Amino acid sequence: MNPLDPAALRQGNRLALSRALTAVENGDPAGQDLISALFPHTGDAHLIGVTGAPGTGKSTLVNQLARALRKDAKTGEQLKIAIIAVDPTSPFTGGALLGDRIRMQDLTGDSGIFIRSMASRGALGGLAHSTAAFTTLLDGAGFDLILIETVGAGQAEVDIAQLAHTVIVVEAPGLGDDIQAIKAGILEIADILVVNKSDQPGAENTVRALSAMLSMAQGGGSLPLASKHLRQSQPGHAKSAEPIPGWQTPVQSVIATEGQGIADLVKAIQAHGDYLRQTGLWQVKEAQRLEKDLQSLIQDKVMQDWQKSVDPDRYTKTLEDLIQRKLSPMAALQLLT
Amino acid sequence: MAERKIRVLIAKPGLDGHDRGAKVIARALRDAGMEVIYTGLRQTPEMIAEAALQEDVKIVGLSILSGAHNALVPAVIDKLAEAGLDDVKVFVGGIIPENDIPGLMAHGVYAVYGPGTDTTKVAEDIKTALQTQPD
Repeated sequence: MNPLDPAALRQGNRLALSRALTAVENGDPAGQDLISALFPHTGDAHLIGVTGAPGTGKSTLVNQLARALRKDAKTGEQLKIAIIAVDPTSPFTGGALLGDRIRMQDLTGDSGIFIRSMASRGALGGLAHSTAAFTTLLDGAGFDLILIETVGAGQAEVDIAQLAHTVIVVEAPGLGDDIQAIKAGILEIADILVVNKSDQPGAENTVRALSAMLSMAQGGGSLPLASKHLRQSQPGHAKSAEPIPGWQTPVQSVIATEGQGIADLVKAIQAHGDYLRQTGLWQVKEAQRLEKDLQSLIQDKVMQDWQKSVDPDRYTKTLEDLIQRKLSPMAALQLLT
Repeated sequence: MAERKIRVLIAKPGLDGHDRGAKVIARALRDAGMEVIYTGLRQTPEMIAEAALQEDVKIVGLSILSGAHNALVPAVIDKLAEAGLDDVKVFVGGIIPENDIPGLMAHGVYAVYGPGTDTTKVAEDIKTALQTQPD
């Protein structure tokens, strides 16, 4: 078996999938070829992001969700579920301790679930550079749902909003007052807000603060931007002058260690998936993401081409002049491009 | 940004609940620049092989303090082979009597470490076992 054969992946060979993920993560050209071969077969998987501060219970929640989402509520079919769990790489040693599997032990032995840990390898937005490529491989390998657990995120690690269709932001009681709840950043990207550990003191206050924040935001989520895009790109919808009803971000109380509230959370995830499909926002989100991916690829390529074309001596000289303030940054740019 | 990293699985098969040694090794290998996946306590050989497959590690470290190493280690190695992971290298750490070490080595373990082992040696041995250039 050639481990990088797209057919092996499509047939569900788990070893082939695992080796392919490594090839992509390491920037192996064969991994890129594989992605190109699989890309036409992708776009169907529901990408669900789970983010939140360290210690809020993301891994435990993902464990529960994977079990609960395994069976499709409507058709009763068994769904294939992949989990990508990202943990931080040490900026000092380049090493990483990936411990999310510890909370996912009861998922082993299920051939319909595939868990892969990932180190962030220097990326700062809560994901790794190759996380998006991982989702393409897993989608191409036939996984119906892909749960993506981010690095324990603070306020600004919001890359997951670009990647996932549905973003779950996990909060726990006691992490901040109601001013934290109206700051910009991670709470704004939530399609579903979860208050985990809701048996802990202060849980009601957390729910109240988040609900108040959402009612101020009038609908919340990423809709305002996306729906504007939708009216431009989906003439079918624009014809009926009715505005597309917005998504009301729910606040769900959960005790992940006991599985309490998981059934309702699963319903909310499915409702959000249906909402995206019915409104056409699913395609809009995909289009936005693919355009952004393309732009960052172009940036990399243009940078590489420029690096090849520039005379190193001229670059060094210009840089020296810049440092000695003989040249302004803009004047230096003009000399080098 | 795209670079090769050594990925290691640290696992605790069997029933003993002491994972300080496993955590010390996991931390030391992290500090040696490796990506270390720690699975937690009470893993069956099947669970370890499945995690090794999904994570595509090239090294599995088994921490055993229960005395059941003569049963557990060959079982893990067999399950790894069944999963198609013949190329994965295995080391063992814990309380292993001298007399048992040759038997474990004969089953394909490349190193056995007892208490007080210098953790930098564990990291160096991994690089040697994989014959890779250090990062």
